[in-house]
Amino acid sequence: MTRGRPRPPWWLWPLAVLGLALFVVPLLGLLTGAPWAELIEVLSSPIVVDALLLSLLTSSAATVVSVILGVPIAWVMARARFAGQAWVRGLVTLPLVLPPVVGGAALLFALGRRGLVGEPLQNAIGLVLPFSTWGVILATTFVAMPFMVITVEGALRNLDPRFEQAAATLGARRWTVMRRVTLPMIGPSLLAGIVLTWARAFGEFGATITFAGNLQGRTQTLPLAVFVALESDRDVAIAISLLMVVVSLVVLVALRDRWWRVS
Amino acid sequence: MTPGDLRARIMVRRSDTFTLDIDLVIPAGITAALLGPSGAGKSTAVATLSGIIALDGGRIELAGTPWDDPDEDVFLPPEARAVGVVFQDHMLFPHLTVLENLAFGPRSRDRGRDDSHAIAQDWLERLGLEGLETSRPRDLSGGEAQRVALGRALATEPDLLLLDEPLSALDVTTRSELRRFLARHLRAVTGPRLLITHDPVEAFLLADVIHVIEAGRITQRGSADDIRLRPRTPYAAHLGGANLFTGIATAGEVDVSGHSLHIGDGKVTGPVLLTVRPAAVSLHLKRPSGSPRNTWQTTVELVEDLGERARLRTGPPLPLIAEVTTRSAREMKLAPGVVVWPAIKATDIGVEPAR
Repeated sequence: MTRGRPRPPWWLWPLAVLGLALFVVPLLGLLTGAPWAELIEVLSSPIVVDALLLSLLTSSAATVVSVILGVPIAWVMARARFAGQAWVRGLVTLPLVLPPVVGGAALLFALGRRGLVGEPLQNAIGLVLPFSTWGVILATTFVAMPFMVITVEGALRNLDPRFEQAAATLGARRWTVMRRVTLPMIGPSLLAGIVLTWARAFGEFGATITFAGNLQGRTQTLPLAVFVALESDRDVAIAISLLMVVVSLVVLVALRDRWWRVS
Repeated sequence: MTPGDLRARIMVRRSDTFTLDIDLVIPAGITAALLGPSGAGKSTAVATLSGIIALDGGRIELAGTPWDDPDEDVFLPPEARAVGVVFQDHMLFPHLTVLENLAFGPRSRDRGRDDSHAIAQDWLERLGLEGLETSRPRDLSGGEAQRVALGRALATEPDLLLLDEPLSALDVTTRSELRRFLARHLRAVTGPRLLITHDPVEAFLLADVIHVIEAGRITQRGSADDIRLRPRTPYAAHLGGANLFTGIATAGEVDVSGHSLHIGDGKVTGPVLLTVRPAAVSLHLKRPSGSPRNTWQTTVELVEDLGERARLRTGPPLPLIAEVTTRSAREMKLAPGVVVWPAIKATDIGVEPAR
């Protein structure tokens, strides 16, 4: 079976196993510490249910916003040529490397009650973003949207422009080309972008707690609930953690054709 | 729309060192070829005609309507031009079925869904593609895909048809099959047709008139014979490298405009294309003895020194390009006006059905 296949040097094996342990041991910690007997009861407590519903709502909303705003960014970056394009790409990808707490603080200074945009916004239409569910959606979008932009932009760059040219010579106007050729052809990548964005939004913690605070039922998402529960009730913390592990696994399985395919 | 002529002066600056500057007039119902090596500007020319690239100078008009004219500030985008394009790699939409691909043009031009599918179905039958309706492009062979690509372009009933290296991506057998297929179906377009190619055989067989393009300029225009027998540039001379004749085959004999040639294959009948490599033509000062049955008396019209070898052109009844070593040309004192007997072995004649 392995004849003729180059084999890795023997000393890589122990290092690889040690590295793998780093991923496996924490999971074991969760599994062994879990309050299996009361799991259902713990997970159906109001705090957990509120946090779960809020998490599902805000991460889905952030994903929708990321599609509506992120896909156009990707399109413009992939197809238009303008001055400062490199800077725009840097700005868009910044949230990927920026500590989320810093992102949350920046949002607070810009959109807080006394912020650059926040104050006029409040005076004009009475909209207060910080410490509201809208604030959670905004913060998670800030952190998660780059995944959408990067995935879709890559797909657009890899799409042979001659497909769109062919469509145009067949009489398709720009909107028709987009709807009937470009979007269907980048469909798989768009889907991957949606799943990634949603998963990142689902796990978002730092920017949310900084910008939107930690109010049960309004801004306390699952990760925030874990953080609070660690101080008060470890069983709840472990139960929520397990719940998030399960959701993350479902996402990975959904993307398995993309990343798990071992050839 | 009534078919009309294409008149184009195409000027495009691609880089500091390369500019395309050609003029093309193609009457309605005529197939013209733009024949040239890669990098000559053929694809750029096609892109300006389809509206993918805008002209830097010049003018493109079809049936008197300007499509692109920088001086008059006119530019019609591709979707506003009644143009059909067949691309080299077919460029069929991979997420659509064959039928949906064929219906794409009519639908984009605001025909209803049912209407478009009826048009698509009609082309499917006309092009002999029945049974492929629900196939995806990835399931088609190269030849099938290119047939669908032609159908997709024809289904919009274009006033101008552009074929951009339509056969280059195919293997030899499929290529000759598809060439005949194209020859049959090009007539569906009543307007001008332009074939882009680097293959002289393709141009000679499919086009009524050939424009040779080199380094962004037209270097010669004319019929296949003009270019083959009277090449004006080394490139054109190289294109004419093979002797090409069309004729009618019956039982191992081919009638080439009144002159009969024997071929090895006795089974082929009907219109054929014959090719003879110049090196396969031997020249004799007297009627050759022995077996060659393809021989006749004529005179040398032109001798060209190619270094080690010499290229000669002989006169009627069957003008030939022959290549001999410079030494034997000197020994035989071959020069214009000398009487010679060219001889070709039947087995040295390439035969291909032309229709």
